[in-house]
Amino acid sequence: MTLVSVAQVSYLVAAILFILSLAGLSKQTTARRGNLLGMAGMAIAILATVALALNTSERPWGVTLMLILCVLLIGAAVGMHRARTVEMTQMPELIALLHSFVGLAAVLIGYNSYLTEGHDAMHLVEVFLGVLIGAVTFTGSIVAYLKLSARMPSKPLTLPGRHALNAGALVASAGLLVWFLAAPSLWPLLLMTVIALALGYHLVAAIGGGDMPVVVSMLNSYSGWAAAAAGFMLGNDLLIVTGALVGSSGAILSYIMCKAMNRKFLAVILGGFGGETSSSSAGVDGTHQEINAAATAEALQRARSVVIAPGYGMAVAKAQYPVADLVSRLRDQGVQVRFAVHPVAGRLPGHMNVLLAEAKVPYDVVLELDEINDDFAETDVVLVIGANDTVNPAALDDPGSPIAGMPVLEVWNAAQVVVFKRSMATGYAGVQNPLFFKENTSMLFGDAKEQVEAILAAMTARV
Amino acid sequence: MRIAIPKETAPGSTLVAATPKTVDALVKLGYDVVVEAGAGEAANIRDEAYLVAGAAVTDTESAWGADIVATYSAPTEEQRALLKSGAVLICTLAPHSSEALIADLAQRGVTALALDAVPRISRAQALDVLSTMSNVSGYRAVIEAAEAYGAMFAGQVTAAGKTDPATVFVIGAGVAGLASLGAAVSLGAQVRSFDVRPEVAEQIESMGARFVHAPAAQQEVSADGYAKPLTQEQLAAALDVYADESSRADIVITTALVRGSAPTTITAEMVQAMKPGSVIVDLAASGGGNCELTVPGQKIVTDNGVTIIGYTDLPSRMPQHTSQLLGTNIVNLMKLLTPAKDGEAVLDMEDPVQRGMTVSLGGDVMWPPPAVSVSAVKADAEADERSPEELAAEREAAAQAQADAAAARKKRNQWTLGIAGGALAIALSFADPVFLAAMTVFVLAVVIGYYVISNVSHSLHTPLMSQTNAISGIILIGALLQLGSDNLAVSILAFVAAAVASINVFGGFLVTYRMLGMFQKGA
Repeated sequence: MTLVSVAQVSYLVAAILFILSLAGLSKQTTARRGNLLGMAGMAIAILATVALALNTSERPWGVTLMLILCVLLIGAAVGMHRARTVEMTQMPELIALLHSFVGLAAVLIGYNSYLTEGHDAMHLVEVFLGVLIGAVTFTGSIVAYLKLSARMPSKPLTLPGRHALNAGALVASAGLLVWFLAAPSLWPLLLMTVIALALGYHLVAAIGGGDMPVVVSMLNSYSGWAAAAAGFMLGNDLLIVTGALVGSSGAILSYIMCKAMNRKFLAVILGGFGGETSSSSAGVDGTHQEINAAATAEALQRARSVVIAPGYGMAVAKAQYPVADLVSRLRDQGVQVRFAVHPVAGRLPGHMNVLLAEAKVPYDVVLELDEINDDFAETDVVLVIGANDTVNPAALDDPGSPIAGMPVLEVWNAAQVVVFKRSMATGYAGVQNPLFFKENTSMLFGDAKEQVEAILAAMTARV
Repeated sequence: MRIAIPKETAPGSTLVAATPKTVDALVKLGYDVVVEAGAGEAANIRDEAYLVAGAAVTDTESAWGADIVATYSAPTEEQRALLKSGAVLICTLAPHSSEALIADLAQRGVTALALDAVPRISRAQALDVLSTMSNVSGYRAVIEAAEAYGAMFAGQVTAAGKTDPATVFVIGAGVAGLASLGAAVSLGAQVRSFDVRPEVAEQIESMGARFVHAPAAQQEVSADGYAKPLTQEQLAAALDVYADESSRADIVITTALVRGSAPTTITAEMVQAMKPGSVIVDLAASGGGNCELTVPGQKIVTDNGVTIIGYTDLPSRMPQHTSQLLGTNIVNLMKLLTPAKDGEAVLDMEDPVQRGMTVSLGGDVMWPPPAVSVSAVKADAEADERSPEELAAEREAAAQAQADAAAARKKRNQWTLGIAGGALAIALSFADPVFLAAMTVFVLAVVIGYYVISNVSHSLHTPLMSQTNAISGIILIGALLQLGSDNLAVSILAFVAAAVASINVFGGFLVTYRMLGMFQKGA
């Protein structure tokens, strides 16, 4: 029994714990256990690695141990602070930012690996690919972070010939790889890093805000591949296994998202969608009706069945708390209240669920598109809070619409629809919404949070 | 500009064209609103309520002399004389049958907008007074029928035995018909309905009533939203349906009114065949009546004990809500005419809605307007040239072709994948055994990741993502292993890498933990 074999066994245990962790996270009932298993796996892996690192240290082991402790302390302090203080509405930004860290680490590790290890062809290819993926993940995630935190316009950046630019970047990288293999030096590696950083920036900058859920989960996948590539160059099986797990799970998640939006995966990744003003949307006109909070309260109290369709607007207005209040109030009065969450509502897959959970809405009344779509016909009142494209009937009726074919919540089948909205502006996809002009739709303009609070006040006044 | 709401003088009219609520809306549009004293009396609205809402109360002469006069019924000779030249008159005019009236208004220089000539397009529904009146009439028809009918609508099972529910048959599922359906269903009756337009079946059923299918008697969609006159055969088939249904019904409500004229739906024989005590409500009485025995404006009982109600003032029997709805129609019209909300009405003759309503303008008679077609319900003219069987066959063939193409594509994809996989396998077998071992691990892990994640519940996507993100912080161990290097540059890079990666690990796991703690199952 050597230290190396003990470490290997620990890695095996950690890998299995990670698999169980991800499996656990696929169900509500086992999710917390999954989270803890992941932590345990990580702890085992780090302990084993620390032992290995001390054993192979080329400096006095005390120094190395100090450095390791120092690193873990920094990570723990910053990480725990962010995790404690982050607002649930900012979750997408946080996750995008964390992805960029993995990308950055992969780039640095790639350089280190080049500097410290042998220069056989296989290893060089591994280093090259690892740095490439890491760099793309790094800038891509940074751009996603900036877009999600509204520090950068979420409109897609459409440079002329952007597909050619992307392809050109890949071809240039391939050329640099040949140079790198023929004459291993830092230059081709550095050049490629710059190109890859630019590529990552451009790839995500070209994707519109409406597709951000897909982008975030795609970057999640990239960060996994970056870790796997690092595993290849370091010959570390745990990194490979874990990276591959994360990479493939992120890819599946992106694919699920794309299917929910009826978009081609490639089309989303290549970007350019979202924010375009479509020509076919010009045909929609008509008058909308307004309603006030008091009338909405009255309608809600008279209803037997209410469905709430939340969207990003609810997150922006932080309306989830008054909404949760409203729900519990209505449930107390015997009204059946359910939530209809579209797969791409919000800026992150499952964003709405997290916000509603934060406000203590029980998860068994939060339903998915397929679970609730047939029930709208028997629903008395639908409240659309800050959602737009996900309730757009044009997706079904208008083949010329940019969102044609996307499954949407068919809220218009309900007896009455109340749409909470700031103004008549279009949604993220830049598509006009004929729902607003339907006869059974009324618009409640203003800040979603204030309006929901006004409804609560009106309900109290009525009792 | 000044808008005046005169008192309705038509005999029996209890309506008023504005309520305090709609006065408020008109004031917000920038208008001075005046209401003739006592205008709302019959609808239980006192003058003081109008004053509170911001209107002034005035006498008959100054009301009719305002810039804009809004009322329900068409003005009498004396009232027209009070109108000033250039004034705008908003009221119902029945322009199909009032040529002389329109000519007189035009001659007086009055701009007349007919509330009952709103084009039937979805955008204009908010100002369609005909819809409003039909809706109220449809509801009231059921109430009148219930009063005249000597039994309960809802069936009951009591200790004293069982009573059957009333059977209500509604002819025509326009606005009035649908309102009747709804009211009758909510009283607990068994409701059946027939309409010559087959496309309304869904609307009928959505109200909880049964649609009577009779393909021989039903026709195609018409472009302007009204039913077309029927052909001889269709007419005969429809009459058969009416005879059959009415003989079984306790209540018959007939609403067939095609452009002001009422076709006969219930003949004298059909009335003869009905049960004693049953009730017919004829909502088309104003057009002469759908039932041959209807006396417009009256309730009669036939020799065989069938009550026939031919009231033409059903909306006036519910003045509060009718006035409220009518007033809102007028407010919606004024919104359309006052885009700037500055109290200045502007007529836009390019707008089909405004053009359609305008019957006289600047001394000229503008009736009839050019035709407007309903863009929403466009009939598919080509479709009916082919038989349903042909269409089905065509659809099938198209589907088959599509399936074939998909299968071929799938086959081609499988081949491509197979060849690529083979080539990759051959290439890999030249590779270093160490790399191959790593590759094995990698490929197996990808497959496991795929299966583990495929069934993830949608609501957990965010925690899943932050968890995988934390796990991908495993790259930390790579950096830790490099930390001990004696090369300073390597150590520094490794330190930075390890620091950011460990933020990932701690932050990711904790935030996931926090999120999962929030999910809770309801009681």
